[in-house]
Amino acid sequence: MRRDQHIHYLLHLADDSLILGHRNSEWTGHGPILEQDIALSNISLDLIGQARNLYQYAARLVNRERGMKEKVLPGVKVSGEVSEDTLAYFRDSRDYKNCLLVEQPNGDWGKTVLRQFLFSAFQFLLYDRLKQRDDQQVAAIAEKSIKEVAYHLRWSSEWVIRLGDGTAESHRRMRHALEDLWLFTGELFVAAPYEQELLAEGYGADLSSCRLPWEDTILETLARAGLFPPEDGTSNGSAHTGSAIMTRSRAGGKEGQHTEHLGYLLAEMQFLQRAYPGCEW
Amino acid sequence: MGGKMYLWLQTHCLAMNDSLSIQEPEKGFQDRIDREIRIEPRDWMPDAYRRMLIRQISQHAHSEIVGMLPEGNWITRAPSLRRKVTLIAKVQDEAGHGLYLYAAAETLGISRDEMIDQLHTGKAKYSSIFNYPTLTWADIGVIGWLVDGAAIMNQVPLCRSSYGPYSRAMVRICKEESFHQRQGFEILLTLSRGSAAQKRMCQDAINRWWWPSIMMFGPSDDASPHTGQSMRWKIKRFTNDELRQRFVNVCAEQVKILGMTLPDPDLVWNEQTGQYDFGPIDWEEFRNVINGNGPCNRERMAARVRAHEEGAWVREAATAHELRLQNKRISSVKENSEKS
Ligand SMILES: [Fe+2]
Ligand SMILES: [Fe+2]
Repeated sequence: MRRDQHIHYLLHLADDSLILGHRNSEWTGHGPILEQDIALSNISLDLIGQARNLYQYAARLVNRERGMKEKVLPGVKVSGEVSEDTLAYFRDSRDYKNCLLVEQPNGDWGKTVLRQFLFSAFQFLLYDRLKQRDDQQVAAIAEKSIKEVAYHLRWSSEWVIRLGDGTAESHRRMRHALEDLWLFTGELFVAAPYEQELLAEGYGADLSSCRLPWEDTILETLARAGLFPPEDGTSNGSAHTGSAIMTRSRAGGKEGQHTEHLGYLLAEMQFLQRAYPGCEW
Repeated sequence: MGGKMYLWLQTHCLAMNDSLSIQEPEKGFQDRIDREIRIEPRDWMPDAYRRMLIRQISQHAHSEIVGMLPEGNWITRAPSLRRKVTLIAKVQDEAGHGLYLYAAAETLGISRDEMIDQLHTGKAKYSSIFNYPTLTWADIGVIGWLVDGAAIMNQVPLCRSSYGPYSRAMVRICKEESFHQRQGFEILLTLSRGSAAQKRMCQDAINRWWWPSIMMFGPSDDASPHTGQSMRWKIKRFTNDELRQRFVNVCAEQVKILGMTLPDPDLVWNEQTGQYDFGPIDWEEFRNVINGNGPCNRERMAARVRAHEEGAWVREAATAHELRLQNKRISSVKENSEKS
């Protein structure tokens, strides 16, 4: 296994969690119900916690091998060892590897809980596979995280049902949110080159095996919410050919081709580290 | 004993008890307070006691909630992942404090909705400290050190407050506040050992927050109308000035560890009193901020009202969904009973 592909993969997993956790934390203090403000902040804490575990592991691998720093952090001057914060605060958007779904702006509460639901349903299946794989570190992180993810999935699907079923207005908002976010779900199942390479050697997870169970989870909850995936979405038929969902879906995040939103997010998140480089905080 | 006799005794004695308490309820109440017996929600209490508690507890709850805003500002800009999770957890704790306190106030016969409405219409106040802006990362450290610090100084005695639900809420809250204070001080300690820019950031934040922090103890005793009654009822245990003095004594020592200074030229150790003397407080500024003219009053209220209004459709949908579920349950129970 090529070490740099391995590290890219860890960064991809970590970035997914960090960016979604960051997005959710934008709600802290502004939630619609105090109890739910607390619940979503908790999910943020879980996700950023996962990201930290993965970054720390990636940082150890980077530090272990000469020349790896330059490959993972091209053009970044790092004095001393690479840390979780070097990886989070000094990569630009072209080097971030999260899926487009998680960087999408919060929108209203409905869009936020739907984004969480679409992602958690996927993350649950992914971590379930990772916890059985050969990379012991990743397996341990997945094992620990999957309990959290199960809760995120339950919490967010309850909200999707509540809002889909609630009032005419909440139903309308959920339909719009679904239209906005659906385009970004296809990418979850398309393996990036580093994922393909790892998979060939028995590491990582086979994303195509996640797809059908993901659709089952999604369709079941949406049905209870009285919602349907947007047209030519992902009925089982189209999933097999892959064509319908592919033509309309947007991808590229895993290889650093992001939507415009990520740049602003990173500008905000990274500003202190970049304005005062080389400081302890 | 025959049933009739028992009934007679019961009603007779109850009546006796009643007449006793009607004659001197206030005396019995004060007596319990003096003997340090906690007042519980079902106990008789004077209206004024109830009102004073509702005012104080709801104000306190609102302060926790509004206080989430200035610190929440920095969650997305926290300079490391460790600081980010600590800050999210802290702001989340404050939401929890708000919850405990709203629940304590509800035992006195007011609903959370009513209290929130009073906040949004400006009828209820919140701590004026949260009307100051958080301009740099150092402000997050200073808020932990000074604002949570002042809150602890105020709140530790409230753990012995005469009203049971309030005192119990305060015990839980105080534990978490002391965490916050340590974390805040640690942020400042890191800055104070850092680069010149970080040191400057640290001193500047202390300069901006010091005076507003010592105003958190409220007006001086001779200008504090409620203090006397509140102390007799043992809601409060110490006067504003007593607590403020303690706080100054503690901070004047702690700031030395940071190698920073407090922005008060009159601050000096007084051998005779064994306390720190300090300069005059600008009560004009205090009144101004309380009356809505602080640097961020409008922003804070606007943010709270916006969150509430934008959340209205969510709350309505949740209620509608819950109702529909209940109706389904009822009709399925009916169907089942008709079948059988
Ligand atoms: Fe608090
Ligand atoms: Fe606090």
